[in-house]
Amino acid sequence: MSFLFVHVVERNFMAYRRMWLVFLSGFVEPVLFLLSIGVGVGKLVGSVTVPGVGAIPYDMFVAPALLATSAMNGSVFDTTFNFFFKYKYAKSFDAMLATPLGTTDVALGEMGWALLRGTIYAAAFLATMLVFGLVESWWAILAIPASMLIGFAFAGAGMAATTWMRSFVDFDYVNIVLVPMFLFSATFFPLSRYPEALQWVVRVTPLYQGVAIERSLVLGDLHWTLLLNVAYLVVMGLVGVRVAGKRLTKLLTP
Amino acid sequence: MTTPLAMRVAAHQARIYTRFWRSSVFAYVLSPVLFLAAIGIGLGDMINKNNATVGGFEYLVFVAPGLMAAAAMQGAAADSLWPIMAGTKWIRVFHAMVATPIRPRDVYDGTVLSTTARAGAGATVFLLVATAFGAVPSAWGVLAIPGAALCAGAFAAPLTAFAATQETDLSFPVIMRLGILPLFLVSGTFFPISQLPDWIQPLAWLSPLWHGVVLCRDATTGTLEPGNALVHVAALVACIAAGRALGVRAFTKRLAQ
Amino acid sequence: MPVACTFVTTAPPLIVARGLEKRFGASVAVDGIDVHVEAGEAFGFLGPNGAGKTSTMRMIGCVSPRSGGELSVLGFDPATDGPQIRARLGVVPQEDTLDLELTVRENVLIYGRYFDLPRAAIRTRADELLEFVQLTDRSNDRVDNLSGGMKRRLTIARALVNRPDLVLLDEPTTGLDPQARHLVWDRLYRLKRQGATLVLTTHYMDEAEQLCDRLVIMDAGRIVAEGSPRQLIEKHATREVVELRFRSESVQHAALPRLHAIGARIEELADRVLLYTNTGEADVERLQADGLETETLLIRRASLEDVFLTLTGRTLEE
Repeated sequence: MSFLFVHVVERNFMAYRRMWLVFLSGFVEPVLFLLSIGVGVGKLVGSVTVPGVGAIPYDMFVAPALLATSAMNGSVFDTTFNFFFKYKYAKSFDAMLATPLGTTDVALGEMGWALLRGTIYAAAFLATMLVFGLVESWWAILAIPASMLIGFAFAGAGMAATTWMRSFVDFDYVNIVLVPMFLFSATFFPLSRYPEALQWVVRVTPLYQGVAIERSLVLGDLHWTLLLNVAYLVVMGLVGVRVAGKRLTKLLTP
Repeated sequence: MTTPLAMRVAAHQARIYTRFWRSSVFAYVLSPVLFLAAIGIGLGDMINKNNATVGGFEYLVFVAPGLMAAAAMQGAAADSLWPIMAGTKWIRVFHAMVATPIRPRDVYDGTVLSTTARAGAGATVFLLVATAFGAVPSAWGVLAIPGAALCAGAFAAPLTAFAATQETDLSFPVIMRLGILPLFLVSGTFFPISQLPDWIQPLAWLSPLWHGVVLCRDATTGTLEPGNALVHVAALVACIAAGRALGVRAFTKRLAQ
Repeated sequence: MPVACTFVTTAPPLIVARGLEKRFGASVAVDGIDVHVEAGEAFGFLGPNGAGKTSTMRMIGCVSPRSGGELSVLGFDPATDGPQIRARLGVVPQEDTLDLELTVRENVLIYGRYFDLPRAAIRTRADELLEFVQLTDRSNDRVDNLSGGMKRRLTIARALVNRPDLVLLDEPTTGLDPQARHLVWDRLYRLKRQGATLVLTTHYMDEAEQLCDRLVIMDAGRIVAEGSPRQLIEKHATREVVELRFRSESVQHAALPRLHAIGARIEELADRVLLYTNTGEADVERLQADGLETETLLIRRASLEDVFLTLTGRTLEE
């Protein structure tokens, strides 16, 4: 394995120097949801009872879930829309492959960039939560690596899925998967409010793992089941990367 | 009798969109229905537990018309940015159109018209679903459909004009995230603007979405008052008129080259 | 100006292919070709679209594994040493792959980084190369706003950033207008004079004649002839060609026996008849003395196009 993939990260850094507003706008989204749903609607909701923690204000309940969601959204956007544009239209990867870079370097580089970007957003959002007084525990410092893990899992899956996309029309499916996950992963209301059968469906969705991890860390309520959530995301990311790597090699160097 | 030129453009856009219906269905129907289920019912139940009402209504009833107007805005905004760039630059269909008797102003009118019509059709389906969820207590709710369409037009008219002046789509995601999303979240969609800090409230009056939301909400709850309604309609029509003035100029300049 | 690539004096062939094959499923793109390219020469693959030129170039460029036969590039095997080989290649692909989100200069800079070159060295090199392809005044422009010819020249500049030992050009001027083509040819010619090894594919016989020291003619995945442009013409065509157009098909038909009697060979095309001969001037005089009525009549030197026609019975642009 070479470290040439860093240059793919460098390429994105170079491109985004001129698109800094686009870059910054990615941070605004979770903050807006925090203010409107967390604080605005939160006033109507009052408090939420979290098993093991007790009753907490609604915004404190929603904030870690938004942290997990933004990690997912950021990395999916970079590895689906942006990745597809480079692969299909700009032919950026064909240019890269004419140099010592290989398909693995391309995949790792794009993923590295997605993670770097996601980490910056996560750190900024965590700081915002701190300012709003929504962080309860020192464990919250681990929320940043947790965001990277969520980003890694979704980047792998996103990149793998993108290798099957034929045109931008197919990206509607990305939204059709992301929006329901965003709304129904115990993000806005606790798992106990779902009907029994649905609770199990929610428990096996990928974003739920991220929400569970972030919420535990920020509220300081650690439990051994977190290891299962972590393992889930690790496996998801690794499988994604492996599939994406194989498919890319087949597609780009036929 | 011949078809008005703008209608020919609208018919063309409609034909193209039969290929992209999936994204329209998602933006105008599926997405607001999912929000209605999650926020209106899921979160709404928690609010009901507190015996809290919003503006005198159950939370589900409060939020449904807000989501309806907001979906009209979001869908219309997205449809007025990238597809316009495709028409003027990427695929250049608009240039092909003005090589016929169709004038640039007809292209503009037809495009905005078809966007508005799509939003209206989406709002109709959403209204049916919301009614099934028990979120529409009044039969006057049917008037929320033109309300949502007007709201869509208020965004389509200026954004279509803006998109025609752009050389790249770089600014589009910024508009969606820093312009459209904040409006979605603070225009009385999810909570009454009276909850906002005092100094922000007047800003909400400047938001076309707020006017759209209030129109739709007064309709679905059966609390429409002619005087108030007229003010909201006038605000939205003003946006459309201003947008059209800019749009006709922008399209003429762009397509004359 | 030192944009020249490494000078190699006594070196083994840069490319050696024996029985090289490329198959996609059941279809055969390259059907067992033998090629060797020496350092310092300009070598061409001439052939119509679909002859297997691009597939061959992609195998040499180590972005497409071979299906059979042997291939060595710069002394290495592409199957195992792809990255090492590519580090010393300069590739100008058929389709532009410039980075649309970067400026002209940034395109060269980041490309140099892909080769892991130090930033300071690339900056100097980028300015040199932009000067060489006459794009210095467009350095900070978006790539999107360049004309087709400028994009091609930028792609060439980018391909030279690592001072490659071997430059691969796939259809370097396809899709360009005549003026832009000449600008590209001029730059490639300079590179050649500086001692660069060029390997190019083309379906333009004038491009092959202008740039190639030696070439192979490809058709349907096979090599049908090999040599310098001059050798190929001498071997497979006569010295001159008389092109005749007739008023109608029946006149043309009536004239054919007389043409056969005179020429070494004749070729009937859709709109004209080609008469291959070494004594064009004298033949035309004889035909005119015989009272042959033609609409237009032209004597010209034989070209690679005629070689291709003779070998395959088809024209290059078909």
